[in-house]
Amino acid sequence: MEYFVQQLINGVTLGSIYGLIALGYTMVYGIIGMINFAHGDIFMVGAFLALIAFVVLTSLGITAIPLALLLVLLIAMALTALYGWAVERVAYRPLRHSFRLAPLISAIGMSIVLQNFVQVAQGARVKPLPPLIEGGITLLDNGTFRVELSYVQILIVVTTVALMAVFTWLITRTRLGRDMRACEQDMRMTSLLGVNVDRTISLTFVFGAALAAVAGIMYLLYYGVVDFYMGFVAGVKAFTAAVLGGIGSLPGAMLGGLLIGLIETFWSAYFSIEYKDVAAFSILVIVLIFLPTGILGRPEVEKV
Amino acid sequence: MTALLEIRKLEAAYGRVVALKGIDLDVKAGEIVTLIGANGAGKSTLMMTIFGYPRARAGTIRFDGRDITAMPAHEIAKLHIAQSPEGRRIFSRMTVFENLQMGASISDPQHFDDNIARIFALFPRLKERINQRGGTLSGGEQQMLAIGRALMSRPRLLLLDEPSLGLAPLLAKQIFKAIRTLNEQDGLAVFLVEQNAFHALKLAHRGYVMVNGAITLSGSGEDLLKRPEVRAAYLEGGH
Ligand SMILES: Nc1ncnc2c1ncn2[C@@H]1O[C@H](COP(=O)(O)OP(=O)(O)OP(=O)(O)O)[C@@H](O)[C@H]1O
Ligand SMILES: [Mg+2]
Repeated sequence: MEYFVQQLINGVTLGSIYGLIALGYTMVYGIIGMINFAHGDIFMVGAFLALIAFVVLTSLGITAIPLALLLVLLIAMALTALYGWAVERVAYRPLRHSFRLAPLISAIGMSIVLQNFVQVAQGARVKPLPPLIEGGITLLDNGTFRVELSYVQILIVVTTVALMAVFTWLITRTRLGRDMRACEQDMRMTSLLGVNVDRTISLTFVFGAALAAVAGIMYLLYYGVVDFYMGFVAGVKAFTAAVLGGIGSLPGAMLGGLLIGLIETFWSAYFSIEYKDVAAFSILVIVLIFLPTGILGRPEVEKV
Repeated sequence: MTALLEIRKLEAAYGRVVALKGIDLDVKAGEIVTLIGANGAGKSTLMMTIFGYPRARAGTIRFDGRDITAMPAHEIAKLHIAQSPEGRRIFSRMTVFENLQMGASISDPQHFDDNIARIFALFPRLKERINQRGGTLSGGEQQMLAIGRALMSRPRLLLLDEPSLGLAPLLAKQIFKAIRTLNEQDGLAVFLVEQNAFHALKLAHRGYVMVNGAITLSGSGEDLLKRPEVRAAYLEGGH
């Protein structure tokens, strides 16, 4: 029982990180119908930028954890957003009207560029960050096993829930969100109404990248290490999460992220850690057989 | 006086398929102008080329004296040209209200309530359906929504591509009546493409006939209605 609760907590934490990354996949897919394969690497860049920001702030003598954390969050989000913007501008926009596979190939190229750039600039070895937030709450203790909820885990889950709420509001209630949804459905018509479609797409990448940066910081705080390859693995998982939840759907991305996080954690805890990815992907395949559009994907019931 | 919309020697193509072959056409302020022609003549292409889809290969398009031939579509919309395009193209996953909000993208938010009230007065049906998704509206309701959405920007020039398509005669009549009201009360200039040539020519001040990407005839609505070649090609078999 205690063991189960502990795994649940760990799974939800991991799932939150996947969910935040998955939001970026799903938003970009929603608006331009393309998988941004470089998104996982944007997440990795976000984590590295956070690490660098921590080091710089520490050397400047800013060591109060809440302040440092807030500054790192802002700096990493802003710079990563810039990366996201640049990726769209350089690799996708020029190809928007060419054949369908072109932006996909360009995305894979962009992913390789980002990985290698960070590998060369930061080295191939794993970079550690000393734990910043230590301690936690003991929830249960039966003498042999203690259920721990760490402060980092609380931070991750609370941040994720808050961001999810803000984004749902943004997409459903604001003008920008409405413009994004309009672009999703009919770009040309949206431009006929006076909306700058290029700008709307740029902003989608900017927001997706900012979310990935938050995920990167959370990852850094949780695991304490980053490496240039982390974006590939996490990216594939988050992409799977987005598809599982129903690509294009924001709640779907979050749900998918949670499910992948939970499956992975429980499988490693009860069966074998080597097969955790096999389990996650098998479940994806099974779900897609019965629900081809994912769990919360919209069934296409439209009059044309 | 120069025309509000002034099209000169306009050519446009889809790849190698030339769809517009040197069009000259004017819409003056306060005018209803109609364009009639057979299927595939290039009517919708002309409407869309005004917004640059596809871009003109040659010739010029001026609006209110300003060259808009190479302007991005959203900048053109900001000059208060609105279009209810072929196929309506309403946002099917958005509610009626959100569709109208999209239509108001370029207009002053202060006038939003006024504008929407005007549209509900014109099409009371839309008010009843305000929270319904666009995709679940009937064809006629979708047409009303497409026109209403275009009107939300308070256009100076309204482009309507077959607004009566697929509508019951009574509803089509309602739409034509609405166009006339807008024109007479607000002086709205309307450029109308219609299959229903009889109604369109009766409604319009002037008309153009397009054949195979070129204008072959033009004149006042009444004139064109009387022309034997128009009667033979577009009016036989009733209205
Ligand atoms: N996207 C496109 N790609 C290639 N050719 C096109 C495209 N759209 C239209 N055409 C061609 O251009 C010509 C003019 O088409 P257009 O839609 O302007 O005709 P129309 O006068 O509006 O006809 P209808 O009355 O049927 O709506 C047609 O021959 C059509 O096949
Ligand atoms: Mg047409």
